[in-house]
Amino acid sequence: MNIPEDLKFTTEHEWIRIDGDIATIGITDYAQEQLGDIVFVELPEEQENVEKGDTFGVVESTKSVSDLYVPLTGTVMETNDPLLDSPEIINEDPYGEGWMLRLKIKRPNEVKELLDAKAYQKLIEEEAE
Amino acid sequence: MKKTPLHDWHTSHGAKMVEFGGWMMPVSYSGVLEEHQAVRERCGLFDISHMGDVYLSGKDVSDFLQWLTTNDVARLQDGQAQYSLLLDESGFPIDDIIVYRLKSDQYMLCVNAANTEKDVSWIQRQLRGEVQLNDRSHEVGLIALQGPKSFEILSRLNFDLSRLKRFEFQITQLQEIPLAISRTGYTGEEGVECFVENRFLLPLWELFFQYGEASEILPIGLGARDTLRLEMGYPLYGHELSSQISPFEAGLQWVVKLEKGDFIGRSALLQQKERGMKRKLVGLKMEEKGIPRENFPVVSGGGELLGTTLSGTFSPTLQIGIATALLELAQEAHWGEIYIDIRGKMKKAKIVPLPFISKK
Repeated sequence: MNIPEDLKFTTEHEWIRIDGDIATIGITDYAQEQLGDIVFVELPEEQENVEKGDTFGVVESTKSVSDLYVPLTGTVMETNDPLLDSPEIINEDPYGEGWMLRLKIKRPNEVKELLDAKAYQKLIEEEAE
Repeated sequence: MKKTPLHDWHTSHGAKMVEFGGWMMPVSYSGVLEEHQAVRERCGLFDISHMGDVYLSGKDVSDFLQWLTTNDVARLQDGQAQYSLLLDESGFPIDDIIVYRLKSDQYMLCVNAANTEKDVSWIQRQLRGEVQLNDRSHEVGLIALQGPKSFEILSRLNFDLSRLKRFEFQITQLQEIPLAISRTGYTGEEGVECFVENRFLLPLWELFFQYGEASEILPIGLGARDTLRLEMGYPLYGHELSSQISPFEAGLQWVVKLEKGDFIGRSALLQQKERGMKRKLVGLKMEEKGIPRENFPVVSGGGELLGTTLSGTFSPTLQIGIATALLELAQEAHWGEIYIDIRGKMKKAKIVPLPFISKK
């Protein structure tokens, strides 16, 4: 299972790459593996203000539907629109081309609440049991 | 939780396992889309040993089955099978089944896994005349080989599938494994279903992989089994078929032979027919992105509720969402412009004839 050391994570299996006040968000390798073939994605509008814990979209596989949760309060700067036509990119490259949105972070102190790679590893090990 | 004799094979070959009808079953191995495509273009092997196998025998068994089931058992010869229904007295389905005639006084019913216990106790309560019931669900396994390459793989095993017509079966051997090979399936593709004693299940499973090239045959889980059957519009118990949906509403009048004589549920069906149907099962194909699932509201352009979806999925063949739905006939005037309420968002769909895909 691929869990990049330089990323932050949530208990909802999203990853966050922090770059100054910009957060890039996607779902983890573990999440795409659990979902199976992803066939549909819904993403928010750009410039939308989102609160931590809100749902920002939906990802659907052949088997199931999952809500996507906002990991950090902020403003949507950019969404990865090619995913709308080719959602399978999320399966193929969850940490790269499969990114979903970029946020401008509004409350930097929320970043401290995110999991690091080690804590996320532990979380999925517990889920697997 | 029950396990099939192939359980360890599945888990050691990367299957994701899920609970289904009281059994731990593989939902997918390499991915639903890849497995689906393999069956449509090449071949797939399904462990469906969770299905129930109920043997009925005795001097009066043909008459009893004529009373118990909706289809006309008298049309069956030895080695022939038919799709049929078990109804309750009010004319609603208890299960959909396949009736196999082994001999004039010996039959086998293949029933849904989740319904096996219910069916067996129902049948036992209905028994009349000289008929014995033997539930062999825990001794008999079932493997389906489905897809255009089935012919070729079977011919390498010296079995000529063209000897069997659709819904015919033969008790035979493949490489000394005794089995019943039935030209039936739940995918819309050519293929067979093989009934085999549990102890021969793994040898038979491995035999098919040995005689099929890796590029020709894949193991297939319940995920693709569902997308394959839904593209064909085949009913699934608990969705298109249930104790809440009349066989006439479900479009299954072709399985109900009212003229064959009396059977359980017949008088209720005659009354239903006289009163007329209030609802109709239709196929819905999405006209925009979004995947319908079961129990989603179906609404008109004007916002009237027209009915509810029964099954829904992403069709790997059509690359768009498809669903079956039960719609109120009183609202038929509004069926021209249809939306499915997908978690609060209205997504455009249209009524299409079943099956969703046409097979050559």
